Amino acid sequence: MLKKRLIPCMLLQNGQIVKSIGFSDYQIIGNPKIAIKFFNAWSVDEIIFLDISREKEYTKRIRTDYNFKMLYSFAEIVLECAKICFVPLTAGGGIKTIDDMLVLFKSGVDKVCINTYAAKTPNLITESARKFGSQAIVVSIDVKKKSNGKYEVFIAGGSESTGLDPVNWAVKAQKLGAGEIFLNSIDKDGSLSGYDLGLIKSVTSAVNIPVIACGGVGKWQDLVDGIKIGNAIAVSAANIFHFTEQSTKHAKKYMVDSGIDVRI
Amino acid sequence: MKKQSVVIIDYGMGNVGSVKNALDFLHVESATSKDKGVIKKASHLILPGVGAFAEGMRRLRERGLVETLKEEVLGNKKLFLGVCLGMQLLAEVGEEDEINKGLGFIKGRVVKLDTKSSKLPLPHIGWNDLIMVRDNPLFKDVSPLIFYFVHSYYLKPKTESVITAYCDYGIKFAASVWKNNIFGAQFHPERSQMSGIKVYENFLNIS
Repeated sequence: MLKKRLIPCMLLQNGQIVKSIGFSDYQIIGNPKIAIKFFNAWSVDEIIFLDISREKEYTKRIRTDYNFKMLYSFAEIVLECAKICFVPLTAGGGIKTIDDMLVLFKSGVDKVCINTYAAKTPNLITESARKFGSQAIVVSIDVKKKSNGKYEVFIAGGSESTGLDPVNWAVKAQKLGAGEIFLNSIDKDGSLSGYDLGLIKSVTSAVNIPVIACGGVGKWQDLVDGIKIGNAIAVSAANIFHFTEQSTKHAKKYMVDSGIDVRI
Repeated sequence: MKKQSVVIIDYGMGNVGSVKNALDFLHVESATSKDKGVIKKASHLILPGVGAFAEGMRRLRERGLVETLKEEVLGNKKLFLGVCLGMQLLAEVGEEDEINKGLGFIKGRVVKLDTKSSKLPLPHIGWNDLIMVRDNPLFKDVSPLIFYFVHSYYLKPKTESVITAYCDYGIKFAASVWKNNIFGAQFHPERSQMSGIKVYENFLNIS
């Protein structure tokens, strides 16, 4: 049987892993290569890297990872991490063109994740799926609940509204050639209050491609709910995995004990 | 690990780098090459690959590697591991898009996964169990027997006796084959964490 997947999502800002709350507050966690090493030993099923730096000039800011080899671009970080990563690796953040994707594929990623420019130029989904195969194209969707209770897709790191409905957009992305949907809730980001299960359920019931749920995990039961209630085939989280020893191993054990078929 | 010379065949069909990373992790020296001279000197050959059957064969032919592989693998009985597309190319015939001739090291055809009754999406992507049916040195001490797959087609051998493991994705298909010095894996060991690393280690320990 095909396993459900557990995927740590690593947010990179200025070359370092950060913790994010509400897409606006960030706390530095550390060096990405160290994190990959740990996750590799802790039976994760995939790793997603998202570069959320607004400025792509990595060297201008203060860095606390001077104990390690300095890496000056996202592609360079990905290349270094791919050498020690033996699960599928996805990278995203700021991808605008096929050429941007090529750089990342050459650095050793298996999939790319597109968000803002998928919404701005939907043809990018089709073009990239044709070139690299659907399995390599993940469309990331960031969602905010409006005051009237309706959901809306936001782009550019949650700063720009699109008027798009997440379910319609996910269905369209699938049609255009997306291989997977990475679904994140801006309201839930960093809240530790669990996934937005209603949102996840509405998208998983509308598309036939895998949906990766993200945003809000505060306890292992939230991962179980994402799969059992939200019907997601893969569950992702960021912050919760960074602060405990063997975090992903514990998460998986909890999932298995709850009757979910994951690799352990 | 014994001294061996490993060549990962680089024929422009991707994922050569990730296989090399896995061997580097094992501290095994390996070369990625399309050079016939280098391939002839190897003790172990790995043929990786992601993509379409016809394109894979076309690139092997263009580089004159079909004859080299026949000499080395069938003639000189060199240890050979085909991974994903590399396993599929072992077949006599591929049915992806059109009918194409394969290397023909294993009797059989490459056909599309039939998901009509299961309604499962294609490609088959993700971690799945191996169902072992015969001993295969590649899987010695490997645990768990769960590997990462990305494919829509599979090798369907004429004789079932070459199949050492199946995988279930709506239908059962051959996930690994073994015939004399020739091994094939439909999954990606280089993306299957420590289980996959161990598969490469086992292959390199065969002599």
